[in-house]
Amino acid sequence: MPGAETAVATAVILQRDALDGLIEALKAKGYRVVGPRVADDAVIYDDLDGADDLPRGWGDEQKGGHYRLRKRPDGALFGYTTAPQGWKRFLYPPKQKLFAARRTASGFAVDPPAPEPQPLAIIGARACELAAMRVQKRVFGDKDYPDPGYQKRLADAFVVAVECTEAGDTCFCASMGTGPAVEAGFDIKMVELVDKSRHVFVAEAGSAKGTKLLKELGGDKAKDADREAATTRVAKAAKSMGRAMDTATAKRLKELPEHPRWEQVAARCLTCGNCTMVCPTCFCTTVEDVTDLKGDNAERWRKWDSCFTVDFSYIHGGSIRTETAARYRQWITHKLSTWHDQFGSSGCVGCGRCITWCPVGIDITEEVAAIHQAEKPAAKGRK
Amino acid sequence: MTSMPKDPMLPVPFRIERVQRELSDTFTMEMVAKDGGTFSFKAGQFNMLYVFGVGEVPISISGDPADRSKVVHTTRAVGAVTKALDALKAGDEIGVRGPFGTDWPVEAAYGHDLVFVAGGVGLAPLRPAIYQAMANREKFGRVVVLYGARTPEDILFKKELERWRGRFDMDVGVTVDRATGKWSGNVGVVTKLVARGGFDPLHTTAFVCGPEVMMRYVAAELEKKGVARSSVWVSMERNMKCGCGLCGHCQWGPHFVCKDGPVFRYDRIADMFSIREL
Repeated sequence: MPGAETAVATAVILQRDALDGLIEALKAKGYRVVGPRVADDAVIYDDLDGADDLPRGWGDEQKGGHYRLRKRPDGALFGYTTAPQGWKRFLYPPKQKLFAARRTASGFAVDPPAPEPQPLAIIGARACELAAMRVQKRVFGDKDYPDPGYQKRLADAFVVAVECTEAGDTCFCASMGTGPAVEAGFDIKMVELVDKSRHVFVAEAGSAKGTKLLKELGGDKAKDADREAATTRVAKAAKSMGRAMDTATAKRLKELPEHPRWEQVAARCLTCGNCTMVCPTCFCTTVEDVTDLKGDNAERWRKWDSCFTVDFSYIHGGSIRTETAARYRQWITHKLSTWHDQFGSSGCVGCGRCITWCPVGIDITEEVAAIHQAEKPAAKGRK
Repeated sequence: MTSMPKDPMLPVPFRIERVQRELSDTFTMEMVAKDGGTFSFKAGQFNMLYVFGVGEVPISISGDPADRSKVVHTTRAVGAVTKALDALKAGDEIGVRGPFGTDWPVEAAYGHDLVFVAGGVGLAPLRPAIYQAMANREKFGRVVVLYGARTPEDILFKKELERWRGRFDMDVGVTVDRATGKWSGNVGVVTKLVARGGFDPLHTTAFVCGPEVMMRYVAAELEKKGVARSSVWVSMERNMKCGCGLCGHCQWGPHFVCKDGPVFRYDRIADMFSIREL
């Protein structure tokens, strides 16, 4: 991830073939290259061998509780909106070893985890996903207790962003102010232009590393018309978002803990936790202690957790949040409202994953809108 | 990147020096850093204690903050890890991460009457503040300790309470929910002792620690006596996996109980106190 430097952007035109060169070059520099590819009837982010792995000609159809791949008429490589799982899976893996401990003569010794073998090169990050990285950077960047693993993985990553030229039905980044245009947090950003006559990428560098790599790839200087075409396409995507968030009401959710809407959404919510697993900013984890059979070697693992489980809030005597309404309220209130108090921004970046991947199609934007509609003074002191 | 910050998730090995049984299910452990280092903390803070191969629990520190040679914890064995802690003995090793969290603002209470209200094992997180107050006794008006336990057999730090009660510069009240055996002291909730007063409400700072429902009633009673909400402090308990704001488990409204608490000023959380399942 690049620093604060603002390279004066000189856009270049990269041909489709240059993407092979890009991936090759990143591999040669020692990066683990991850990006979108098709597997299990979805676009997923995974290791890439080359540009042929990219989801050429695939788009997606996303609605509340609905995701389908669909064939595109063109050969676009980045013609989908977002993958089910964001980059969190790489930057803050679902399972991380915190330490290993060995029994010794006097007690035990603690060994820190091995450092990451390779820095990441992220291909195809969307604006909402870069926003999510910025959010998590703050979450894991407490002045006293930062998470060194996250900070290092993000700092060492090479980020190739691809701006959206189409918006999905569950997208609402425009209303969150996080996209679809990419403004910061990338080494290279690209807009894919594909039509009958050509298939090219308008690419700009956002860091010294990015500038250097773009130079290596060659490419002609982009014409004004190319740049304009790119800007127009991204602006069009901004206007075609399927959803919008009422951010003012969203921010006020913490003032409405007794709103009747919580019970209504609880009647539909299955507390499966899908929304928290696909959310690119949800950061909660639990820990698991394991030992070998003799009990001489122990390990402590950190695993993604969800505030939708009953166990999540367990303290001696019972869980704090036993009711579905309380758990949904916790999730959405934290995400949209108290996140501002804690980290100075919303925890939502408008990617729409929680809507798409909710098995019953609960829609975070719709819930906020409903609360706005039905807003009544909070009934205090319910026991 | 340049040098990376220290990983807050790595436990530091400590050796248990002494184990003292307090109650049938409650014990106090004194431990020292295996590398011989000192341990500094502020009254009210907690550590994450790791039992090799079993797991980790957040436990308040119950020792004297002026004594940096050791760290002292008083624990009730109620879960898998605390029961495993209970099985350890002097010479065994334990992992420590911490200290974490906010503290009882003892120094900010200089000039005030100081009222400690504790319920059950809640006396343990208050004890460091009581030590600190008594080490600076001349800085305060009255020092009042009000303590409630379930039965006479459940009175924590009984000898120490008796010793404090014998002092001319401390007022100590003890009550039990249910009298057993030859108990002829107070019976009833600790709130009743608060109602009796014995402190100047306008110049009182109160530190309250116990079950949430007890703290709620005590805070209300203190308010009724005329103590400002902003002079009352409570210590909260929530599920914690990391102790330092990374795991998300202890969220309570806008707060992380582990780093914004566990000690909160009552006026800042009073509205949240009465919201069910928040």
